[in-house]
Amino acid sequence: MSEQIIVKERDEVIVRFSGDSGDGMQLAGNIFSTVSATVGNDICTFPDYPADIRAPQGSLTGVSGFQVHIGSGKVYTPGDLCDVLVAMNAAALKTQYRYAKPDATIIIDTDSFGPADLKKAAFATEDPLAEMNIDADRVVACPITQMVKDCLADSGMEPKAVLKCRNMFALGLVCWLFDRDLNVAFNYLREKFAKKPALAEANIKVIQAGYDYGHNTHSSATNVYRVETKHKVPGRYMDITGNKATAYGFIAAAEKAGLKLYLGSYPITPATDVLHELSKHKSLGVTTVQCEDEIAGCASAVGASYAGALAVTSTSGPGICLKSEAMNLAVIMELPLVVLDVQRGGPATGLPTKSEQTDLLQVLFGRNGESPMPVLAATSPTDCFDAVYMACKIALEHMTPVVLLTDAFVANGSGAFRLPNLAEYAAINPPYVPEELKGTWTPYQRQEENGVRYWAVPGREGFQHILGGLEKDNKTGAISTDPENHDLMTRLRQQKIDAIPVPDLVVEGDDEDAELLIVGFGGTYGHLHAAMDEMRAAGKKVALAHFKYINPLPKNTAEVLRKYPKVVVAEQNSGQLAAWLRMKVDGFVPCQYNEVKGQPFSTNQLISVFTKMMEE
Amino acid sequence: METKYTAQDYKKGQPRWCPGCGDHFFLASLHKAMAEIGVAPHNIAVISGIGCSSRLPHYMNTYGMNTIHGRAAAIATGCKVANPELSVWQVSGDGDGLAIGGNHFIHANRRNINLNMILLNNRIYGLTKGQYSPTSPRGFVSKSSPYGTVEDPFRPAELCFGARGHFFARAVATDAPCTVEILKAAHAHKGASVCEILQNCVIFNDGTHDSVYNKEGRAKNAIYLRHGQPMVFGVNNEYGLMQEGFGLKVVKIGENGVTIDDILVHDAHCEDNTLQLKLALMEGPDFPIALGVIRDVEAPTYDEAVEAQIAEVKEKKAYHTFEELLLTNDTWEVK
Repeated sequence: MSEQIIVKERDEVIVRFSGDSGDGMQLAGNIFSTVSATVGNDICTFPDYPADIRAPQGSLTGVSGFQVHIGSGKVYTPGDLCDVLVAMNAAALKTQYRYAKPDATIIIDTDSFGPADLKKAAFATEDPLAEMNIDADRVVACPITQMVKDCLADSGMEPKAVLKCRNMFALGLVCWLFDRDLNVAFNYLREKFAKKPALAEANIKVIQAGYDYGHNTHSSATNVYRVETKHKVPGRYMDITGNKATAYGFIAAAEKAGLKLYLGSYPITPATDVLHELSKHKSLGVTTVQCEDEIAGCASAVGASYAGALAVTSTSGPGICLKSEAMNLAVIMELPLVVLDVQRGGPATGLPTKSEQTDLLQVLFGRNGESPMPVLAATSPTDCFDAVYMACKIALEHMTPVVLLTDAFVANGSGAFRLPNLAEYAAINPPYVPEELKGTWTPYQRQEENGVRYWAVPGREGFQHILGGLEKDNKTGAISTDPENHDLMTRLRQQKIDAIPVPDLVVEGDDEDAELLIVGFGGTYGHLHAAMDEMRAAGKKVALAHFKYINPLPKNTAEVLRKYPKVVVAEQNSGQLAAWLRMKVDGFVPCQYNEVKGQPFSTNQLISVFTKMMEE
Repeated sequence: METKYTAQDYKKGQPRWCPGCGDHFFLASLHKAMAEIGVAPHNIAVISGIGCSSRLPHYMNTYGMNTIHGRAAAIATGCKVANPELSVWQVSGDGDGLAIGGNHFIHANRRNINLNMILLNNRIYGLTKGQYSPTSPRGFVSKSSPYGTVEDPFRPAELCFGARGHFFARAVATDAPCTVEILKAAHAHKGASVCEILQNCVIFNDGTHDSVYNKEGRAKNAIYLRHGQPMVFGVNNEYGLMQEGFGLKVVKIGENGVTIDDILVHDAHCEDNTLQLKLALMEGPDFPIALGVIRDVEAPTYDEAVEAQIAEVKEKKAYHTFEELLLTNDTWEVK
């Protein structure tokens, strides 16, 4: 299984600015190149001027483009197809879209897509996106012209001069997407317009406005990150982001289980795309309810679960805080529920668009009472599919809420996804109460082999029962405050979770004789694997044990962790997995590497830290 | 209407409420109403939150859940949307439904989910032993307001109408015929149906609805509203309601030239809720308290619209299985 993993980061990004020849695309592109060069990127640019210098405004022949290829390694070409296309008008979209990758993010100025603009650009309908078969989800549609006008309303500038600043808005937005330091751009402009300080400040104001727009709308460029294996298994592939793979996993699990899929959700960055994706697929019978709040998202899913659906709620960390009580209701009622937590920077609102692994202990322990809950963590964008599928299978077969952790990096990142064949996936068999138990059945009657109670879905005659948040008698299912019964029920709920079978932990790399075992979980798999690959290539004895199943832990966890002379737990939090492992494995005291920057690990940084640890 | 069920078919267990609690009366009426409605017990889900009245599902031989505080409407929403075939009843007290659960109450009404929403209003927190609730009147003295509250209460009808509710009815818990009547009307109404049940708490708020709690009191202090019928009340139906300017007034029939023909006729189906709201907000001593179905207006329901949209999209889209969904993407072959 030691496939070589490649994590492609922001170091391979191509941005194409396009608009009317008078829109200042060259300047925007140049500033973006300069800003990127200052942070140490290598750059290669390609100005693509129109053939017709004096083409009419908004016409197809008047479109000007400027392509910037930035990379942390050596960049030799301006790149073929772009990851981000800025189209300042309809003609630009029409002519430049061919230079965009199929999954590129498209930024458009909606104010330049009016009927006259569309006509000049030879669009046949009023819906240019549909006409060009562009997925609206990939489009950042922004009224740039109006926002620039508003931004400079008090500047005293001529309307024509104001419009010339539109390019800076687009630049600001692109700088937001790629986390560029605006000060470099500001300095550039102050120098360039040294003799016209008012003009410099107007441009700066607009750049800031574009940046703030990105911030306020939580804009993100999808597919900026890719996690891939170098050698692919033969088959048919598609590109997929983590959030889309997650949505697909839910759909697949529901189909396999023969159940209606119900999503109760409330919009929250960076999880909202799952709500968007699932809302599209009504032809598969998917039911999505955008609820009044996070609580209702989870509570309604509990109601849907009771009614017999595969019930799901999707959110990020702050939403988990709000859903906790309803999640606990599913614990005591022993109903299947999958809670998706796309982790972001915290605490509180924190860093909504950034990635962290800081919700682990929250989902393990953040509820009142003894509240055991299975937790899984997807390891890559494409792994979201399998991880969700397993989360659904566990929830449905073991009658329990399950948390699936992903994170902003995995959710917005992408990879080549081998189209799954559902026939090859394990069956999902919920423990429906057998008809012959009618008359004797009680709600907390358990199956001997795994301690799981039966599921009696409303509508079945003779199985009427009342569940609830109050403790129940283990035999009759009636409300009980009996001390011995509560103690027993607490144990039974825990034993049921402990008995869930999960695959053994796999050790990759030098599993026999590693001097250092790297341990991680969830979305850092690609970076940790890449670090291990490079260290091994340099002759170091290193192995990687990466957790996808966190509760219950794989049976061989203690054995693996004790096998190697040195173990480092590397995670994007202050040591939450390390704390969990120390709690579960007697005497285990690992080295730790922790980063809480809201950014993915840097492979080079990991290598340097791990190498140093090996030398100590 | 005869059905094959009796009230007994919907009963289970022995209620644990205090003797004399209004919940006992309501429960009996609910059993009776369900028998008359005739939906099989296994096709009913009764969902409550937390509070004295939220114990109710335990006394139903139906499916149901006694869930967590305030969330009954949200949980019932998921239950109904996931399985529209079920007859879903949501039971909450005034604290559960309008304080901690206020958000879900208004949104269930706004969405118009086909739920029967029972609001057992005793204007007090009973289970936590006597604190004021969001329906307690201003100045109400309770354990948590020893010097009287300094806040105004919600009036449930106003909240329901403000959330664009299409059905609102009211009954007194001890008034079985009216309670059964509005429960049946709530079931018959497609969409969110709010039934406010005026209910006494014998321990912490005894007498809160005294003016209408017995038959004699209701004859004097309440008016039964029936669609298409003139709004008359009083021991001998000698009083009636008329419109005066922007408001209502109580008149005595036969006095000052007022005849029965001058009396307002109730229109529960009127889409404009202005007069219905005025009726719902009437209070003593100047006005009778309105009982019966005050508003009952047809409107598209959320759960049916969800189903219809799914059917429509199924018809339009070419992919109906996961495998077909995959192939709607750009794909390539790796050999």
